[in-house]
Amino acid sequence: MERILTKNVGKPNSQDIEVYLGGGGYKALEKALGMKPEDVIAEVKKSKLVGRGGAAFPAGLKWEFTRRESAEAKFIVCNADEGEPGTFKDRVILLNDPHMLLEALVIGGYAIGTSKGFIYIRGEYYREIETVEKAIEQAKAKGYLGNNILGSDFSFDVQLYKGAGAYVCGEETGLLESMEGNRGCPDCRPPFPAQAGFLGKPTAVNNVETLCNIPAIMTNGGDWYSRIGSPDSPGPKLFCLSGQVNNPGVYELPMGITLRELVENHGEGVKGEFKAALPGGVSSSLLANLDTKLDYRSVAKAGSMLGSGAVIVINKDTSMIDVAKNTIDFFAHESCGKCSVCREGTRRAREILTRFSNGGGKAEELDLLLELGEVMYDTACCGLGQASMNATASAIRLFGKEFEQKVRK
Amino acid sequence: MGISVWGTKVDETMESWGKSKEALLPCLEVIQEACGHIPQEAITYLRENLAVPSIDIYGVITFYGMLTTKEQGKYVIRICDSLPCYLNKSDGVLGVTEKELGIKAGETSADREFTLEVVPCLGLCDKAPAMMINDEIYENLTDGSIKEIIAELKR
Repeated sequence: MERILTKNVGKPNSQDIEVYLGGGGYKALEKALGMKPEDVIAEVKKSKLVGRGGAAFPAGLKWEFTRRESAEAKFIVCNADEGEPGTFKDRVILLNDPHMLLEALVIGGYAIGTSKGFIYIRGEYYREIETVEKAIEQAKAKGYLGNNILGSDFSFDVQLYKGAGAYVCGEETGLLESMEGNRGCPDCRPPFPAQAGFLGKPTAVNNVETLCNIPAIMTNGGDWYSRIGSPDSPGPKLFCLSGQVNNPGVYELPMGITLRELVENHGEGVKGEFKAALPGGVSSSLLANLDTKLDYRSVAKAGSMLGSGAVIVINKDTSMIDVAKNTIDFFAHESCGKCSVCREGTRRAREILTRFSNGGGKAEELDLLLELGEVMYDTACCGLGQASMNATASAIRLFGKEFEQKVRK
Repeated sequence: MGISVWGTKVDETMESWGKSKEALLPCLEVIQEACGHIPQEAITYLRENLAVPSIDIYGVITFYGMLTTKEQGKYVIRICDSLPCYLNKSDGVLGVTEKELGIKAGETSADREFTLEVVPCLGLCDKAPAMMINDEIYENLTDGSIKEIIAELKR
């Protein structure tokens, strides 16, 4: 497959605007500015692009909802607060191709009808922040940002917002709270950010990878894009392969390749013997079948979720109790504390799993953990609480024997 | 730590974001970077300039892992223990580091040289186990490499 998202990765000085322009950069913006904003959105809808941050919401619809709001002030925000354990794809784009992201963001601003965009980058990404800052300066100097872009009557500015170390700010309403100077606790929806987002104004929040599909869609058309990979969720995907695998890394592959192809052909096989994988980071459920196709629908059918495409491989020497405990330690630490069900649920689950890992579990607590997972899924306000028990519950369902062996006799 | 260390930077930040609540986190970040922590005088300064009550400023500081009111060591070591690093033996790396420094995770050494923290995913999962020391990245750590890194910093 022709690389789309990582086509410039590996070119010397790929982060420089001259190199980007040399490869046809900012031509998609030129084309978009010659179209009506509604037609830009129609093309994105035709492409069937869905959000790559985890929720898989149709990108064109999100832009349409934001555009249709009557409020005068609107915003577009790029979510670069990459934090799901196992996810390191946005970092590759931010470091190697910041202009592709800026071009996409300007097109997005034009489509929804705003002249103000933000990029919210996690604070630990020091090099990435510096690279994007430099790219913004270059784009301003060349007139791709600022007033009357490319001689049009469209003006657009981008401001960088740095996170300060909170996973939950990757959740879009938590991110907007953070930008407003509050604790980054997610809000209950509705209203959605497209209706009432940053400072209460309609706001489109898009992940880095999602946006980076836009220039290619503008250049080649939505129909072209919709024929790449899986028909249900087309396009390329950046898969982040990590864990107990020989060749971890970011791989741009069409949606719908199998877990086996990813692990064996690209990851050069498992370190040891394959036991299971988390296809969408620690928020997803374990998959034990290597022949599962990696696209949103197939992974959902297999009882998990593709999320951000963070594939973490686990070998047979690893205890699933340790895996479950590691994921719940993470969520207990990152729960913002707003919903009692998530705040208390993650802590109680951690207590129970700690007992199991020390060989002092109680048999009835396995059902309790499964029930707790269901209650949290049904009642937590945001995705963090809803997904926090996925790895644990799937570990109990698929590898229950390991837990039973740790029940106190 | 006096205003001279962070005053100018905070004023610049307020100029770029406006004297509004949206400027709070960017201001706290420049103070943290300049001083290694958020001193009381800075909280008072922000309260007066941004018209945000102290309680809300403390609320924001305590929410974020990279902000703190406690003085940090010269080197802040952040070891990742999220699943990809854990599967590649980050607990061993943490154990060696604690032993070499004589402090536990969450502590600062008596000479204020080192602060040791265990943190969630740093996005370095393809080079696990990984850590950051201040803004530098250290990847594919082994017991041997971490001993060398710490010995180098102690020199």
